[in-house]
Amino acid sequence: MSTRHILLGLLASSPSHGYDLKRRHDERFPQARPLAYGQVYTTLQRLVRDGLAEVDGTASDGGPERTAYRVTDEGARELTRWAAEIAPPAPFVTNEIFAKLVVSILTGADADAYLLAQRAAHMRRMRELTAVKTAPGTDLTTVLSADYALTHLDADLRWMTTTAARLTTLTAEVCAT
Amino acid sequence: MTNGETRGPLLAATGLVKAHGRTQALRGADVELRAGEILAVTGPSGSGKSTLLHCLAGIVRPDAGSVTYDQQRLDRLPEKRRSELRRTDFGVVFQFGQLIPELTALDNVALPLMLSGADRAEARARAGEWLERFEASGQAERRPGEMSGGQAQRAALARALVTGPKVVFADEPTGALDSLASEQLMAALAQTARESGTAVLLVTHDAQVAAYADREVEVRDGAVAALEVTA
Repeated sequence: MSTRHILLGLLASSPSHGYDLKRRHDERFPQARPLAYGQVYTTLQRLVRDGLAEVDGTASDGGPERTAYRVTDEGARELTRWAAEIAPPAPFVTNEIFAKLVVSILTGADADAYLLAQRAAHMRRMRELTAVKTAPGTDLTTVLSADYALTHLDADLRWMTTTAARLTTLTAEVCAT
Repeated sequence: MTNGETRGPLLAATGLVKAHGRTQALRGADVELRAGEILAVTGPSGSGKSTLLHCLAGIVRPDAGSVTYDQQRLDRLPEKRRSELRRTDFGVVFQFGQLIPELTALDNVALPLMLSGADRAEARARAGEWLERFEASGQAERRPGEMSGGQAQRAALARALVTGPKVVFADEPTGALDSLASEQLMAALAQTARESGTAVLLVTHDAQVAAYADREVEVRDGAVAALEVTA
């Protein structure tokens, strides 16, 4: 995930200072991890260094002085390029669940019980996300973001269900090699 | 609700056994449905989920074991009494809504009320309110063949809930729907059930549908296992 491009995209819609940018990011991507202020300021400085953003002006509004930033023409071109670039479908997803399963088999632990507990944990998270997205007044950004997580958890679950059904064969294969 | 809790589960099955010919569908299944809860029953195809639902809804009689609904042995009641209960206390939704093709959506929804003795005008008025609640008012005068799958399922849901049942049995209610229609139907079902305190027994093989439930059990080889981790 490129925080740099996401912040640049937010700047492209309107110039902002760091504090405001963090707030807009967290509102726009409510399921993402909230950004730390330090990360926002560091990213802004790098964007300026690379010629993708520039200072729009400073204002104090009675409080501490704040520097607002805007996107440069080069920044706008970079955004267009990045947004159109295909995200690589990862053929070898890092799969902690699979790794744990194989280690369970290798050490003679109860792999079936592990899978069942993992499935229950996935389902619990799916129930939480479903409650979030169906709460009255939830905006579409939150719904779609929860849907993305739900769909991926569902894919994990399907894989775990199929794997649980094939555990005997997997155990024989792992133990034979 | 408090009464329901002190009296135990609203619906409970113990040691259910049921065979279809030589196929053993249930081999000692136990399950409880509490008043007002949404319980998902999941499991692979052919695991016995639907047979379990049919036994709990009093549609089929188990070969052995008991089904207790509201302190009565449902499996021992004569068919006439069971069918009366299905009309008054239970609502049912299947994968394909099984609406009557010759009737409009409005008349389909009004039908259970009329079977329970309501006059036609009153039944139609209440049916109209339920269709509106499920945002299907536009379909009121359409017949099932003229509706999309999602619209027909909304009408089927309205028909299941129109009598104010204590339990709704939903057997793969989203099985024939695309993901958006499925989500909208489940949101409508869950919200209505929670508002009215209706218990729902939801049979599904879809985890995203099961995630609307409060709790989940899994049927495997004709028996029921809790899919819960007790922390």
